[in-house]
Order: sequence, then structure tokens, then C-alpha cells
Amino acid sequence: MVKFWALFAARNMEFYRDRAALSWAFIFPLLIIVGCALAFSRPDETLIRLGIIGENSDLKSVNLAEQRYVELTYFDSTKRALEQIRHHQIDLLIEPKSEGLNYWLNPESASALAARELLLALDADKNLHEQTLSGQAIRYVDWVMPGVLAMNMMFAALFGIGYVIVRYRQNGVLKRFQATPVSSLQFISAQMASRLLIVVAVNSLIFIGCDYFLDLLMLGSYSTLLLIALIGAVSLLSLGLVIASRTASEELAGGLLNTLTWPMMFFSEIWFSLENAPEWMQQFAALMPLTHIVQAARAVMIEGATLAMISHHLMALSLMTLMMLLLAARLFRWQRE
Amino acid sequence: MTPILEVRNLSKHYQRVEAVKGISFSIPAGICFGLLGPNGAGKSTTIEMIEGIKTPTSGEIYYKGNIRGSDFAQQCGIQFQSTALPDFLRVREVLKLFHSFYDKTLAIEELITLCDLGEFLEQEANKLSGGQKQRLLLALALINDPEIVFLDEPTTGLDPQSRRRFWHLIDKIKRQGKTVILTTHYMDEAESLCDDLVIIDHGKIIAQGSPRQLLQEHLPHRQVSFDASENFCTDRLSGEISRNPGTLTIETLSIETTLRELQNSAADLSTLRVYNPTLEDLFLKLTGHGLRE
Repeated sequence: MVKFWALFAARNMEFYRDRAALSWAFIFPLLIIVGCALAFSRPDETLIRLGIIGENSDLKSVNLAEQRYVELTYFDSTKRALEQIRHHQIDLLIEPKSEGLNYWLNPESASALAARELLLALDADKNLHEQTLSGQAIRYVDWVMPGVLAMNMMFAALFGIGYVIVRYRQNGVLKRFQATPVSSLQFISAQMASRLLIVVAVNSLIFIGCDYFLDLLMLGSYSTLLLIALIGAVSLLSLGLVIASRTASEELAGGLLNTLTWPMMFFSEIWFSLENAPEWMQQFAALMPLTHIVQAARAVMIEGATLAMISHHLMALSLMTLMMLLLAARLFRWQRE
Repeated sequence: MTPILEVRNLSKHYQRVEAVKGISFSIPAGICFGLLGPNGAGKSTTIEMIEGIKTPTSGEIYYKGNIRGSDFAQQCGIQFQSTALPDFLRVREVLKLFHSFYDKTLAIEELITLCDLGEFLEQEANKLSGGQKQRLLLALALINDPEIVFLDEPTTGLDPQSRRRFWHLIDKIKRQGKTVILTTHYMDEAESLCDDLVIIDHGKIIAQGSPRQLLQEHLPHRQVSFDASENFCTDRLSGEISRNPGTLTIETLSIETTLRELQNSAADLSTLRVYNPTLEDLFLKLTGHGLRE
């Protein structure tokens, strides 16, 4: 353990003294926080968000839908539309029928009540049938923030461990360590532990910063979220380790890491849900550790999921980590061949 | 007496290249043993196979009479031809880091004194000058107080002053009774430091022995030259004589005999020059090409 702790401390010191890397580790998250704050915190009270069930619904007779301050969203899935009403993501949901108009709202939302008043005033001549739902407001920022945090974790983990080990191999540092009694397991575990500390610490700071500026919704347990961050970061570090296990060129490592990160950015539900995506795409996404991290973190934060409810994601991440560590151990070389 | 290190039929093949072709040698304890040869001769591959950094294609390596074990890294010291250290760490921190890797160690302060590191202890290791960095790398090689130390071209790229300073350090290590295995392509370095050596070319040993033995065996003649006119009479001189404009050169087995003959021939001895063959000459003779090609 003495060797492990010495390597762990040396790597932390190296990161701390590398002012450019240290600054970027904090500037990048700061940019994310500022970007999210600018994008999502502006009030949008002049619009009424009206949902319509059925893309081909005839709206000619609905006067509210004709108003220029009303934003229309069409839904194929009634279930999804009702979820959006429940979480205040739309103000009013209507379903035009030949005999009248069904509409849903969440009375806990002030803008939903305002929208109902307008509907009652503008379409009083119709046979209106009201249904109510309840649920806490979930803004897009609440939905997207677990993905943004996970994405930041992915970049910090993959590039943090991947580039460092490849650079060490390229400039001969690994060869020097190979000539000592340090085992590859001691070296790699110390690198992973150091990076894990950095990734989790930086992401915790981003979470705190975002929470301060955006008042994020957090319905679940912080300890469960931290556990997801730890297990998720280890899985991403393991993936980075597979890339770094034998590569001796920083250019090649960069290319391989980009090949991994871009599909994960698109298919891991960071920016949009794959709920209505084709089955094959959802299965493909399930092979990516980032998908499980995002889904588990989102479930905890905006649905209040317990540890048991997201345990299948943690199992999948643990299994992936085990497989990637075994692969990395098999592939690892101290030197270029 | 059992040699501290013995190598038998060591070979290394890379796909289409045979870098080392079945070489054998043994090294008694406490000497400085040199592996000499031009770049690409196979000396670094040989030393790295002995160190355990590269896996031999075939052959055996014995340390103190037994097959070299997995704990050899605890017992030997290694300085590579070129190596980097973790970025941003200071000299003292690098010493502490490597100190933690070994069971048996020298005190860090002792190493600082031995390798003369005191003046740059708080500097970043990767920002040291060439000579300072080599002294630090030597300290890392000695940190576990090894009985055997491998130095792979330790003075390549250093200025003459730094080289001499490094030689002085190697002398100090030898005086402590440690066995030093040195690869170099500087013949003056080998002549100055090595008690015994092998010359390697194209992956094979082409000569083996002490520098003095090798020179006496392969190049027993000395060259004596002096300024002489074209009319100078050479009848009383023995040995092979060659003339260049204004200079006469004699290749002789005995300097004393030649000097006597020159005195008898009334030669102008104030311009006398004696040239002793070097290992470089030996290499040229054995291989037919220069050492630094």
C-alpha cells in the first residue's frame, strides 16, 4: 500500500501543479454553469404552452390555439403528454373531440390556471370536460442537468486517464516505473484513484454551483447520487484505461477517445429522451455506461428513485467496469511494442 | 568464484530483425563491465533483457548463480539511456516517490550527498540541465543500495565537464564495491571506467577482455612520428615506415628500440609524437566501420 499511496499522492500533486489543466478543470464546469443559467433561468411567462393529443387533430374550432402568444406541442403518446402536464412542462393539454373538448391541467401550476381561464373565456361555447393531475414542476434544466454533469464526468474521466497514461508511455515514464518493483496493478489503481477523486470533487462542485444558481430539483437521496457518481466514474475510467492500455501515440488516443465520446453524447439521453426512438437504438444506448449513469441520476433527482429502484443501472455499470478492467489488464503494456 | 551475473546464449528477435544473436558472457562482482558498440549494435536490447524490461526470445540469465528471479527489480539499480519523470514533481519529491518503491533503501540525504544533488533539490525534475538530470537518474538507480547497477549510455549528450563529473561519480560507486554494467559508444569513457568489456556489433560479441588486453592482442603496434626531410636516412630503423610530406611515421612493437634507433640516426626528436591505439582503432580494425556511424 505504501507504493499505492506514494503514486496516488504524486499524481495528485502533478494535477495540482499543472496550472493549465487545473484551471480548465474548473473553467469548463464554470462555463457549463453559466451556460445553463443563461439558457434556462430566463422566465418565459408570456407564453402559454399548450399540448395537443394527436398530430392530426383539427384545431380550427379551438380559439385558444389561434392566439399568437400560445405555443403548441403535439403528442402521439397520451401517457407522455400527461407526464408533461404532471410536471408543469406544458400548461394545458387538450384533446379535440367531435362532441367537444377534453382538457387536462395541473392546478398546482399558476400558469396552468391562467391558461384554463383563457380557455374558458375563449372557448366557452364548446362542451369542455376538465381533468386534473398533480405533480411537482420539472423544468428542462432539471431534466437535462444530470446529463450535463455525467457528460462532464465522461470527458474528465476518459481524457484524464487516457491521455496521461499514453503520454507517460510515450515519454518513457512508464518504462522507468517498470524498472522498479511497482506492479502494473499498483500503478494503474493509483492513477484511477487519483482521477476518481478529481472527477468526483469537480462534479460535486459543479452540482453545488448549479444548485445555487438554478435551484435544481432533487427529490432523491444525495448519498445515492454520490454512489452513482462513484460507480459511474469508475466505469468511465475503466473505459479510458482500455484505450490507454497499449496506445503509444497521443494522436491515436485522441481519435479513439473522440470515437467513444461522440456516440455517447448523442445516444445516452443527455440532451433528449430516446423513449420514442427505435428499439435497436435504445439497445445500443444501453451498452454505454453513460446511458446508465444519466438514467440513474435523473431518476434519483427528478423522480426521487431509491437505491433499489436504480440498482439495475448500478449492476450494469459494475458489470461493464469488471469487463473493461479485465480487458485493460490483458492489453496493458508498459512500453510501446 | 560465482559471477554476480551470467548470460548464456541470449537472443532477441523482432519480427524480421535479429537484434541480439545468442551472446554469452559472465561478470565478476565488483567490477565495471562495459558493453561497447555503435548505435543499433544491440547493447541496449541486451542490457534491457538482463534488467527484465524486455523478454528474451531465448537464452538464460543468472544472478548470483541462480536464474534471475522476479524480485530482481528490488536488487538492481537501473539508469536508462533516455527517460522522463512525472511532470511537475521536484527533485526531492521524485526521490521520496522512488524511495517508497523499495524494501531496502539508502537514506535520501545520503543519496543527495553521494550524487551531489543539493543545489537543485527544490527544482522541477523535468527542468534540470542534462548533467543534473543524469545525476538525479543515477541517484534513483542507487536508491535501493543495489549490488549491481546498470547504466545505459549515461553520458550521451553531456558536455565534457558534466561527463567528467559523472565519471567521478561512477568511480565512487565502484569504490563502494558495487558492480557497474555500462553501455557506451564513447571509447574514452570505456577506457577510463571499464575493467572488462565486450564489443558488440550486429547483435554479436566480436571481442571480449580488459581494454589493455584487447589492445595488446589486436593492436600491439605503437605509432612514432616526427618531422623529417625527404633525405632522412631510414636504413637503421626497424618496423613499418611510411612517409608523408615533412613527416615520417614508424609502426613499432617497442618504443624503446625505436627511440634508440632514432637517436643513432640523428633524428630531430623535439618533434617526436607517440600515438597509442585506442578502442576506437580496435573497433575500426575489427568491424571495418566507425563507432559513431
